[in-house]
Amino acid sequence: MSEAAAHDHHDAQSTGLMRWLTTTNHKDIGTLYLLFSLTMFFIGGSMAMVIRLELFQPGLQFVDPQFYNSMTTMHALIMIFGAVMPAWTGFANWMIPIMIGAPDMALPRLNNWSFWILPFAFLMLLSTLFMPGGAPAGGWTMYPPLVLQTGDAFPYLIFAIHFLGASSIAGAINVIATVFNMRAPGMTLMKLPLFVWTWIITAFLLIASIPVLAGAVTMLLTDKYFGTAFFSAAGGGDPVMFQHIFWFFGHPEVYILILPAFGIVSAIIPTFARKPLFGYSSMVYATGAIAFLSFIVWAHHMFTVGMPLAGELFFMYTTVLIAVPTGVKIFNWVATMWRGSMTFETPMLFALAFVVLFTIGGFSGLMLGVTPVDFQYHDTYFVVAHFHYVLVTGAVFALMAGTYFWLPKWTGHMYNETLGKWHFWLSTISVNVLFFPQHFLGLSGMPRRIPDYAVQFSDFNMVSSIGGFIYGASQILFVVVVVKCIRGGKKATDQVWEGAQGLEWTLPSPPPLHSFTEAPDPSSITGGNR
Amino acid sequence: MSNTNADYYVPHSSHWPITATVAIFTMFVGGASFLNGGEVGVYILAIGLALFVYMLFGWFGTVIGESEAGTFNGQVDISFRMGMGWFIFSEVMFFAAFFGALYYARMYSVPWLGGEGSGAATNQFLWPEFATAWPLLQLPEAYAFSTFKETIGAWGVPFYNTMILLTSGATCTWAHWGLKIGSRKHLIAGLSVTVALGIIFVIMQAVEYGHAYNELGLTLNSGIYGATFFLLTGFHGFHVTMGTIMLATILGRCIKGHFTHERHFGFEACAWYWHFVDVVWIGLFIFVYWI
Repeated sequence: MSEAAAHDHHDAQSTGLMRWLTTTNHKDIGTLYLLFSLTMFFIGGSMAMVIRLELFQPGLQFVDPQFYNSMTTMHALIMIFGAVMPAWTGFANWMIPIMIGAPDMALPRLNNWSFWILPFAFLMLLSTLFMPGGAPAGGWTMYPPLVLQTGDAFPYLIFAIHFLGASSIAGAINVIATVFNMRAPGMTLMKLPLFVWTWIITAFLLIASIPVLAGAVTMLLTDKYFGTAFFSAAGGGDPVMFQHIFWFFGHPEVYILILPAFGIVSAIIPTFARKPLFGYSSMVYATGAIAFLSFIVWAHHMFTVGMPLAGELFFMYTTVLIAVPTGVKIFNWVATMWRGSMTFETPMLFALAFVVLFTIGGFSGLMLGVTPVDFQYHDTYFVVAHFHYVLVTGAVFALMAGTYFWLPKWTGHMYNETLGKWHFWLSTISVNVLFFPQHFLGLSGMPRRIPDYAVQFSDFNMVSSIGGFIYGASQILFVVVVVKCIRGGKKATDQVWEGAQGLEWTLPSPPPLHSFTEAPDPSSITGGNR
Repeated sequence: MSNTNADYYVPHSSHWPITATVAIFTMFVGGASFLNGGEVGVYILAIGLALFVYMLFGWFGTVIGESEAGTFNGQVDISFRMGMGWFIFSEVMFFAAFFGALYYARMYSVPWLGGEGSGAATNQFLWPEFATAWPLLQLPEAYAFSTFKETIGAWGVPFYNTMILLTSGATCTWAHWGLKIGSRKHLIAGLSVTVALGIIFVIMQAVEYGHAYNELGLTLNSGIYGATFFLLTGFHGFHVTMGTIMLATILGRCIKGHFTHERHFGFEACAWYWHFVDVVWIGLFIFVYWI
C-alpha cells in the first residue's frame, strides 16, 4: 500500500450540496442522519398533534375518520422508521468509530447509501397523503385483509418499507463490520463502551428481523396484485399468519428501538455519578439475553387472535422472562448512582427520567404480557400508554439525553444549560400529563385507533391532549438549544464533562474530519466501566 | 503504536450510492404506478432499471479498479468478507419468511380449516365440506381461484435441477482450487462449467413454470399451494439468475487476469452466494417438491 494512496483521499472534499450527497465521512453521515431524524420527529409529531386535537373532545370535530386513521398509521411509521431508527444510526455513525478508535466506518460508501435511501423512501411514503384513496390507514402493523383495501398508496407503502429495510440492513452490516474489524489495538470486546455493545446486538436484530418484514410485505403485495392467497382463508391461507410473520419482525424491532437507549444511559449515569458503571459484564449479557428472548415472544402481540392454549402459555412465560435481564439493567443503573457524587446537568436529568419512566412502561408491559390480563387490555388505550412510555420517555428521552451529552463534542460549543433544563422539565411534566391518563382510559375500556369515544372518557382525553400540546411545543425549545449550540456558545473542552471516560473525550471538540488517523495509545483504553 | 489506521482505505466521496438510490426510487415509482394501472409506469421502471445497471457497472467498476490497483489492505478485505457474509445471512432470513409461511400453512392453517384442533367451528360454519390435504387441490372457495389437478413431482425436473445445482457447487469449488494453485486454465474451465450449469438450471425452471401454467393449471392464483410454491421457487430462481450473472462477471475478470492465488475476495463472495442458493434449493427440493 502506497503512502500516496493513503493520503490523497484525505484531501479531496466536494463542497456545497455535492459534499453532503456524496460524502463517505462517518461524521457527515451521522449529522445527516440526526438532522433527518429531527425533521421526521416534527412531521410525525405534527400528526400526533392532529390526533390529540381530534380527541380533545368526543364527537368528530376536525378530521374525517379515514384521515384520522391515516394519521395514526403514518405517525407510527414515521416515528419508528423515520425518527427513532435513523437517530440511532446517526449516533452510531458519529460515535462508534470514535469510541473504538477507528478512522471511519468499515464500509463508507455503503454508509452513504444507507442514509440517502431514507429521504427518498419517505418521499414515497409521505406522497401517499396526496393520492387517491389517501395515505395508508390500516395501522402501521398492516394487517390484512384491512390493509389490502388501501388505495393507490398501497404499492408505495410496500416499496417504502422495502427501501427502508435495505437501508437498515446495510447500516447494520456496516456497524458489525466496523466493530468487529476496526477496533484499535487494545480495545478488546469486553472493553467496548456499552453503547457499542448495545448497537452490535441491535445490528444482529436488524439483520435477522428486517428481511422477514420484507417477506411479509411482499406477500401482501402479491396477495393484492398477483392473486396469491397467503392471507386469505378462502384459498387455504390465513390472515393470522401475517400477524405471526409480522410480529416475528415486530418484536425484535421493539428492541431495535430501545437497546441503543440502554447503551446511552449506561454512558451518562456513570459520568454524572462519577463512578464506574456497576456490573458492566452483566449489562452485556443482559442485553444479549433480551435480544435472544425478543425472537421467541412475538405472539404476545396477538393473544386475543385465537391461538392454541399451549401458544398462549409459551408466549406469556417467555414474555415475562424478559423482565429478568431488564431488571438487571435497572438495578445496575441504580447501583451505579448509589453513593456517587451526582450532579444534575441536562443529559443526566433525561437519563434519570428515562430510568424511572421507562420502568413504568416496562411494568405496564409486564401486565400486558400476562395472557388473561391482556384479554382485558388488548387494543385499548392502556396499550397506547404502555408503548409510548417505552418509546417516548424511553427511546426519545434517551435520544435527548445522548444529544445533550455529546452535543458539545459534536459542535465544539456548550449548549445553554438553562434552556436545556427548561426543555427537560417542560417535556417531563407534559409527557406524563399526556400519557399517564391514557392508562386510566385504557383500563376503563377506551379502544385505540378510533377518532370518537364515549363521553365518560372526555376528561382524561382533554387532560391528555393538553399535555400533548405542551409536550409538542416544548420540543421547539430543543431545536432552539441545538441551533444556538451549533452557531456558538462557550467553547467546549476536549473532556467536556468532568466524569466522562472513553476515547471520544480524548479527541478535540469538535473532532477533526478524520477521527483516529493513528490508532490511539492502547494504555489510554481503560474501558469496561460504562 | 503503529500507524495502522492510515492504511485503511477510506474512499473519496462517491456519487454511486446516490445514483443507486435514485435508480431504485425510479424503479419503485414506476412499478407502483404500473400496479395502480398507469401505463407509463413500465417506461419509468425501465428507465430506473437502466440507471441501476449503469450504477452497477460504475460502482463495481470503481471497486474493481481500486482492488486491482492494490488499494485494499488485509483489513479492508475482512470488512468486505463480513459485509458479504452478513448480507447472505439477511437473505437467509428473507427466505425464512416464505418457508415459515409454508410450514404455517401446512401445519396450522390448512388443518384448522379442515376442522382440526381449534378450527372445528370454522370448518362447521364456513366450509363444512372442506377436507385437509396437501398439496391443497380442493380450496375452501374453489371458484375464486384457478384449480389444478396435479403438482410438479419431485423426481422429474426438480431432481435433475438438484443434481445440476449440486454439480455446479462442486465445479465452483474445483475452480477455486484452480485459482489457489495458480492454474488459470483450470479456474476458467471450472467457472465456465458453473455458469453454464446455472443457465441450464434457470432455463429448466422456466420450462417447468410454463408446464405448470399451461398444462397443470398451477398458477400464482392456485391458493396457498400456488402462492408458496411460486414465491419460494420464484425468489430462488431470481437468486440463481443473480448468482449466474455474478459468476459470469467473475469469469470475465478471470479471463482478464484479475485475482491472485491469495487475494481473490470477489471470487469467494460470489462462490459463497452460489453455495447459499444451492442450500436454499435443497430446502426447496425437500419441503416444496418432495415431502
